[in-house]
Amino acid sequence: MKELKIFGVITFFTLVTYWGVEPLAHSIFHPHVEPADFQFKDLEAITTTTNSDVAKGKELTSQNCIGCHSINNEGISAQVDKQTAIDNYGVFPPDLSTAGLIYESNYLANFIKHPVKAGKLEHKYDGVNKFYIMPDYSWMSNEDIHSMVAYFKSIAPTKLTNKEVFIDACGRCHNMKYDKVKADSDVTKVMGSTPPDLSMIIRSRGEHYLETFINDPQKHLKGTAMLRIGLNESAQKQVIKYLEEIGDSKKAEREAIAPYVLGFLGFMIFVSLLWKREVWSEVK
Amino acid sequence: MAHFEKARSLGEWFDQRLNTTGFIKVMMTEYWIPKDINFLWAMGMILAFTFKILIISGIFLLMYYKPDVDMAFDSVNYTIMQEVGYGWLFRHIHGVGASLVFLIIYIHMFTGIYYGSYKKGREMIWLSGMLLLILFSAEAFSGYMLPWGQMSYWAAYVITNIFGGIPVIGDELVVWIRGNFYVADSTLTRFFMLHVFLIPIAILGGIAFHFYTLRIPHVNNQKGEEIDFEEEANKYLTGRKKVSKVIPFWPVFMAKDVFVLSVFLFFFFYLTFYHFNFAMDPVNFDPANGLKTPAHIYPEWYFLWSYEVLRGFFFDIGGLKAADIGLVAFGFAQIIFALMPWLDKSPTVAPANQRPYFNAWFWIMIVILIILTIYGKLPPTGTNAWVGFYSSIAFILLFLALPIVTMKEAEKTASSIKPTGGKH
Ligand code: HEC
Ligand code: HEC
Ligand code: HEM
Repeated sequence: MKELKIFGVITFFTLVTYWGVEPLAHSIFHPHVEPADFQFKDLEAITTTTNSDVAKGKELTSQNCIGCHSINNEGISAQVDKQTAIDNYGVFPPDLSTAGLIYESNYLANFIKHPVKAGKLEHKYDGVNKFYIMPDYSWMSNEDIHSMVAYFKSIAPTKLTNKEVFIDACGRCHNMKYDKVKADSDVTKVMGSTPPDLSMIIRSRGEHYLETFINDPQKHLKGTAMLRIGLNESAQKQVIKYLEEIGDSKKAEREAIAPYVLGFLGFMIFVSLLWKREVWSEVK
Repeated sequence: MAHFEKARSLGEWFDQRLNTTGFIKVMMTEYWIPKDINFLWAMGMILAFTFKILIISGIFLLMYYKPDVDMAFDSVNYTIMQEVGYGWLFRHIHGVGASLVFLIIYIHMFTGIYYGSYKKGREMIWLSGMLLLILFSAEAFSGYMLPWGQMSYWAAYVITNIFGGIPVIGDELVVWIRGNFYVADSTLTRFFMLHVFLIPIAILGGIAFHFYTLRIPHVNNQKGEEIDFEEEANKYLTGRKKVSKVIPFWPVFMAKDVFVLSVFLFFFFYLTFYHFNFAMDPVNFDPANGLKTPAHIYPEWYFLWSYEVLRGFFFDIGGLKAADIGLVAFGFAQIIFALMPWLDKSPTVAPANQRPYFNAWFWIMIVILIILTIYGKLPPTGTNAWVGFYSSIAFILLFLALPIVTMKEAEKTASSIKPTGGKH
């Protein structure tokens, strides 16, 4: 039929144009990157190759970390006060109560041993002219580091809400204005770039980009000041879910009413076709 | 004063005072449309309907939108998208509608070109249509600025900058348009006024005028056949509906339109719910930041072809600055479609596939426009820049060649085929 042929021609040209300005253009703006690597394979294997001792880990932590970090669920507050920390480091060092739950274990061990390397920030901190805000513990044995990781795992809660994961993992740097989350930090001074408010980031970057970006920011923004956070897969899922709950809060509603509207319009197509046939049978 | 009898029904009461039956006849039941048309002739009504959708959804957005650089982004992305009941739906409808209206405008326009519906008495239809295209472009551009996202800001910056290239008055003109030396709050508030008041009113007037221009020449048909509307209408009214070459606007023409419209709306709402990113650029969900230039700045898809003609000329030629050549080419692209009725020198009104040379010209034009559109979005580096350059030149040459092509065609066909017509 002639009209179908015309329709086919128009559809063809529309799709070619669409392909060019959407999938093609985006594949050039955002070149393909490797999928997220939740094993952090580039890092040294520490937790898999050594034994651990929770009691030892606890002792080492209280000797080395609580100068800067609080561990609230053990009733330990940081020795440094908040304002001094922010003045010195730009950020308030995160509370470590949940570290054993949200970070991938071997990543956590590597971060303690050599934060700049694990966070992929060597281009920013060469350790000669510019030092990272957290010291490295490469002088410790792998076994001791593993013990601290084991300690964090032993004290971590078993479950966190999506928002709690976000606060612990991202909340020291990023605001979430639409959920009234404010980072008390002055990161710009220390890092030279401002962490954006993440309220609408799910719409502006999309889930797909965030999956690989959070896992390794350097993949998309070469040279960026944001460290690799080292979340494990389920913690990262929770963070993205939270970003979606805030930035795309009506997604569920959207997907719930869509079938009704489309169903109604499908019915309209049917009815109007019958009407058209009826009216045109008189004239053609 | 005229003599009035007591009315026996409400309908009659209005009829006495407003001549409603006469009005309905003239506008609907005895407004004649050729029978030999396909669904492309429904595009005009789809446009009118989509414009209505845009107005209604726009009114809802207007109730919560705040035209202020400090509040605009949050009023859209927080208040409307998350707090107001179904605010997100109105925003999605408005955004997707604005994009689809251009898809349909282009289909409508190329239908006109394909069937030669811009000449032999239909010049005013064509020109009023071009006026609508310009108004819709201004409407879309001003609307895109309102959410005050990164693309709002930078597209406004780049496009207003273009006017700086105009000799002598350029620099002052840019400041005059922006209301400031840079894109600022004053720019936002004036584009807000244009978007919600002045341009919509002008569009309403434009649509009324466009409809009026259709009255005397009537719409074209699939064969470009000349129809004696009075005689054919007579046949229809005396019951010979099947032999008559015309149909009334209501209900026959509209019966088909409503079907095509329903299919269109299904597509429209599918995009609204599931596939809206093409119309609501993700980059625009980052708040405007005058200090942070986005990696890629590009206009919406429907402006890409003319944007590519603008930047296609990327190097100086014979003492002329690249930017100046680009600007002239851009001006050419903006007005050239309006001149179609005078560039086409052949008197034949027929679909392109029955016009040997014009047919080739038409499809080459479509292909070049699509190439320009696609390369208008890609980064203008390396080969991309050259593709842009050559296709911009090809676009210009194509239109310069149109008078010659159609003159040759007229000579060729003068002897063989009759200029208008074809049997029914
Ligand atoms: C001198 C203060 C200081 C000391 C001591 C310190 N930290 Fe930190 N730590 C920081 C700061 C500051 C940050 C935030 C770094 C950033 O945001 O880039 C941080 C971040 C972290 C993080 C988050 C890493 C991520 O991927 O987000 C962990 C886990 C951590 N520290 C564990 C420890 C442990 C375990 C110790 C003890 C072995 C320790 N820190 C000792 C200052 C310190
Ligand atoms: C130590 C501070 C810090 C932490 C913790 C942090 N970020 Fe960032 N983030 C930054 C900085 C700084 C930037 C700006 C980077 C740039 O512009 O180069 C940034 C940028 C981003 C961006 C924008 C990327 C783009 O494409 O422009 C996203 C998305 C993001 N962060 C998500 C997260 C998430 C999710 C978390 C928690 C899992 C997180 N960040 C934790 C500092 C941080
Ligand atoms: C955007 C708002 C517009 C609306 C609401 C609109 C509406 C209409 C309507 C209802 C018709 C009659 C039915 C039909 O043929 O589709 C029509 C015809 C026409 N329009 Fe438009 N139009 C618009 C824009 C344009 C543009 C941008 C052009 C091109 C420059 C254009 C050119 C024409 C032509 C040439 C015809 C006559 C078609 C024929 O004779 O077969 N219109 N328009």
